This record gives sequence, C-alpha cells and structure tokens, in this order.
Amino acid sequence: MAEVSCRKVTKEYDAGVQAVKGIDLDIADHEFVVLVGPSGCGKSTTLRMIAGLEEITSGEIWIDGDVVNDVPPRDRDIAMVFQNYALYPHMSVFDNMAFGLKLRKFPKDEIKRRVDEAGRILDIVPLLERKPRALSGGQRQRVAMGRAIVRNPKVFLFDEPLSNLDAKLRVQMRTEIKKVHQTVRTTTVYVTHDQIEAMTLADRVVVMNGGNIEQVGAPQELYHHPATRFVAGFIGSPAMNFLPCRVQDGPNGGLAIRVTDSITLPVPPGRVERYGKYKDKNMILGLRPEHLFEYHEQGKPGWTRVDLPVDVVEPMGMETMVHFFIDGAPVCARVDPATHAEPNEILPLTADLNQMHLMHPDTGKVV
Amino acid sequence: MSASTVTERRVAAAAARKHSLHKSRMWALWGSYIALSVFVVMFLVPPFYTLVTSLKSSAEISAQTGSPWLVHSPTLENFWYLITYPNFQRYYLNSVIVTILTVVISMVISVLAAFSLSRMGFWGSQTLSTGVFLTYLVPPSLLFIPLFQIVGQLGLINNFWCLVLLYPTLAVPFCTWIMIGYFSSIPKELDEAALIDGAGYLQMLWRIFIPVAMPGIIAATIFAFTVAWGAFLYPLAYLYTSNQMVLTVGIISDLIRGDVFQWGKIMAACLLASLPPIVIYAFLMDYYVAGLTAGATKG
Repeated sequence: MAEVSCRKVTKEYDAGVQAVKGIDLDIADHEFVVLVGPSGCGKSTTLRMIAGLEEITSGEIWIDGDVVNDVPPRDRDIAMVFQNYALYPHMSVFDNMAFGLKLRKFPKDEIKRRVDEAGRILDIVPLLERKPRALSGGQRQRVAMGRAIVRNPKVFLFDEPLSNLDAKLRVQMRTEIKKVHQTVRTTTVYVTHDQIEAMTLADRVVVMNGGNIEQVGAPQELYHHPATRFVAGFIGSPAMNFLPCRVQDGPNGGLAIRVTDSITLPVPPGRVERYGKYKDKNMILGLRPEHLFEYHEQGKPGWTRVDLPVDVVEPMGMETMVHFFIDGAPVCARVDPATHAEPNEILPLTADLNQMHLMHPDTGKVV
Repeated sequence: MSASTVTERRVAAAAARKHSLHKSRMWALWGSYIALSVFVVMFLVPPFYTLVTSLKSSAEISAQTGSPWLVHSPTLENFWYLITYPNFQRYYLNSVIVTILTVVISMVISVLAAFSLSRMGFWGSQTLSTGVFLTYLVPPSLLFIPLFQIVGQLGLINNFWCLVLLYPTLAVPFCTWIMIGYFSSIPKELDEAALIDGAGYLQMLWRIFIPVAMPGIIAATIFAFTVAWGAFLYPLAYLYTSNQMVLTVGIISDLIRGDVFQWGKIMAACLLASLPPIVIYAFLMDYYVAGLTAGATKG
C-alpha cells in the first residue's frame, strides 16, 4: 500500500514525438484512480512509466515516498494486469500465480497459503491445476488478477484489462475488480478507453488527451462540471451535444443564447452574471441528451418550445434516444419511451438550461 | 408457375450444386493422389533399393541374374560384418560425439543470440539479425579452403574435433534465425509480466522463453543434428585416417577399395547410418512442423 506521484513526467520517443507532455498527478494510498482517454492520449505510456516498463524522459515518479525513476520494475513492488492477460502458457494456474513469489524466494507453505487465499477471493480454486489454454477469457483475467494479488504489492496497475472480454463478461468483471479493490484496498491505477468503466470503478478519474491531463476529479464531478469541451464530450454516453451559438441580450434585461435564427433560448437568471462577459461573442453550447427532452404543455413555465424534425429514433427500453439536426449539427435527445416519435415527424422539444455548459470555441474551456 | 414448383426447382438446383461441389473435390483429391504417388515413388525407391541390396550376399549382387529388385536368399551378413567391424564402430562413435557436441554448442549459442537479438533491442540488433541470416547464405563449399588455413593453424587437421568447431558455423545462423522468429511470436507482455514478477533476463529466458519456445528449439535442434550428422564436404576435406573419420566419409573410403565397390556393405552401412535421423524425426516430427510454421500462424 502506498501513494504514487508523477511530477512533470514527460515521455519523448526517438522521433521527437511527445507521448506524455509533463503531467502532475498525486494518487493517495488505497485510492482507485482511472486514467481514461482516446487511443494515443498517453494513458498507457503513463501507466508503463509507473511500472518501469518505459523510461521517463524527464520528471519524477514517486512510489511510497521514493523516487523510482531508475528503479527496475521488479524492485518497484508493483503488480500489473495486462490486456491480453500475459499468463505463462506452460505453467498451471497455481504456478502462474506463484511465479513472482518463487522468484522472491518465499517459503513453500507461504506461497501455497497466499495462492489459496487469492484463489478464494477470485473464486478460481477449482482451476488451480489447469493450464491457461484450458480457461475462458474471464477465468484468465481472474488468474491475471490473482497473480497480482498474491504478491501483495504496493500498487496494482491495470492496462485495459477488460478490453478482450465480451460485453456481458466485461460488466461482470468490472464489478469483480471493484469488489477485489474493496477487499484488498491496494492503491490502484487503471487504464481504459471506456468512460463507463472509468466512471463505475474510479474514486477519481483522470481524463487525458494528447499527452496532457484535461481534468482530474470524482466521476460525478467530471460529469456535472467538466472543465473543458473535451471532457464534456468524452464523459457521458451518448455524448454531449455541441452547438455553435451567440450570447445576446434576452428578455427582461437577461441574456439569451441564439442557436439559429429560429432558436433562441433564455439563459436562466442564476447564470446571467456568469455569462454576462461573453455577450455578443460566439460560443459553444453544450447540452447533455438527458437535458433535452419532449415539451409538455403542463411542464415548467418559461421553458422554450422548439419544434424539430426527427431523423432517427433509437428505443432502448428504459429510454428512447431521438436524433435531430440543428443547422447541420447532430443533436441527440433523451425522451420518454412512451413518447410517439417517428422519423421525419416534428417533435416539440425543450431543454433544461440550468444544466447547460458554455464553452469558449478557441480554448475549449468551459466558462 | 405455382409456388410449390418454384420451391421444388430451387431444391433441385441446390442438390445439383452440392453434387458439383462433391465432384470438384473428387477431382482435386485424384490430382493430389497422383502427384503424391509420383513423389512417393521418387523418394522411396532409392531407400527400398538400398534395403534390398543390403540383404543380398556379394555373390548374388554380382551374379546379375534375375530381377535386381528381388532378394533370392536374404542374409544379414553385411549388417553383421559392419556391426563387428572396429572401423565402422569407430566412425559411428565419432559421428555421435561430433553430432551431440555440435547440437549442444549450436543450441546454446543460437538460443542466447536469438533471445538477445529479438528481445533486448540494443543498438544495431536489427542489422545483426539480418547479418546472421546472410551468413547462412554463404555456401560451405566456398569456405572450406580458407577454413583449411584456420584449422591447420590450430593443428586440428585430421582430428575430428575440428568438426565440432566447424559445424556450428553452419548450424548457428539458421538455428538463430528460426529462434528469432519463434521468440518474436511470443507476446511482449509475457516478458513484461516476468520483469514485474521479478525475473532477470536470464531467469526470463530460462523459465519463460525456453519452455514456451520448445517447439522452435526442437526444430532448431533437428536442423543442427541434420547438419552435423549428414555433412560430407568438411570431413572429406579435413580427415584422412580411419580412426578420425565420421560415418559419411568413413563408409565410402573404407568400403570402396580402389575400383571394388562392396555394394551390400555400403548399402547396409547407409541404412545403419540413417537410423538415428529416422528415429529422431519419427518422434519429433510434430514439433518440427509446428516450429517451422510458428511465425506464419501466431504473428
């Protein structure tokens, strides 16, 4: 158990390509931190630098109060779970899990005790004598986790561990991983490109993009208060709608957001002061699909009605997603499944503007 | 046209297609059987003739009556002569010693070389890998004169230990090349997992790579064995007394005296000499094939 810190860590490859551009990150003891971002954002490189599998170009990495820049992986006291499991194919499940302990010259009975205990936590005791090729994907993943647990390391590192599993198993193993962490409480750094995995597992999520950290925060914080347009678009599914707009004078001395010639939405009074300095400027309006829904006559007073032609309807059971175009920009709304919506029909919609986000078009910062 | 006749016609068409599939497969099978038969005849007739001749007495061979493909009075006298013939025993023993040492030396060198070339990623490792393969392309017949100088300076002319020195130069490049291919097919995460688990490079090689790459190692071992057991040019060039000779040159220099060819004994000696490769191939063939095709399928 230990805390992990990155101080101005950069990684530059031979061709001068910067994969990681000076990140600062502090991970507390027992914390479960998820690095999330699109392919090539530097999340895996960061994890591999913490593991010691990649050298650091500059900066410092601290584990448990020591700078480990030049410490080889085996002396960092970490354990890692790989995307393709990386089990030793010629060894039984028991030997796979015991390998690290054997190399560290643990006594036999201690090895057996630890493997049995990890086997119980992961529910793989009946598989201990099997070879990896006789296991299913989910079982292999459990063994890979078992190999990490038996070592009782300072830090667990997960590199997209669920990407090779099918959708159903992925959800199941996600819960297992969370359960294991609640049991063993080891500091964990977890890399994924799947924002749902990130949201469900993490104490804190680190959103990365282009080698930089965009935002660090608890899952709910990232969801409700994204700092940048990238985070706003990356977290949440379906993704947030973005519409170019202009801030202008509204009714009763307030402000309004003009989206198109026919669509102008009033800014809620509570936000007028915040958005006042952007008057007469072109901005980006961000609105999540769940804050855009069908208009009811008896609904809240003052909410603007917008009539739009439906493009595609996606019923999902507990909700229905409806897709539109506003001035060529795709927009998605989440409506009640009881709502009757057909392609090409006009659907009256309204938006909960108390949940809106306004972004600067050049910097992408949420204002 | 009623719906039912349409259905019937479609079913009939499907049946006809099925039949034609069957037919084309049959033609393909006939083709392969014919091609394989020609192959089998070409390859098996010489060993068969060797076997037949080895079972004949010298008198029967020189009699030239009847079909040469049949044995009238089979005898094991040729085999018995060879087994009790001290020179032949000497050749056999020399061959075994030279081959075992060549295989061991070649495999140690090539496994270590392949591991470092494929996994340790040092400066110039790519160029070196290519270089190793280019070495293999140099024909041995070009090398035996310059090598004669070296062997001579080492004082190893007419000493079978020179073969232990020379054969690895033939075996190591190809074995290394096979092993580089095999090691490269092992996923990188496996070494990383081992590194994190606490293994050093030698432990990683010994406890992960060698067991996982066993089929490749066996393929390379068989290759090294074949090179050492069957080489003819170098022993012919460097050895000239019968106490130093190995089987390949021993047989022809001992059993052909002037213009007298002792055909029965030559054939029996060839069969006895082929025994170890046959036994080894029979047991290890599956691994051999798996090893040679590993790069293609595992990617």
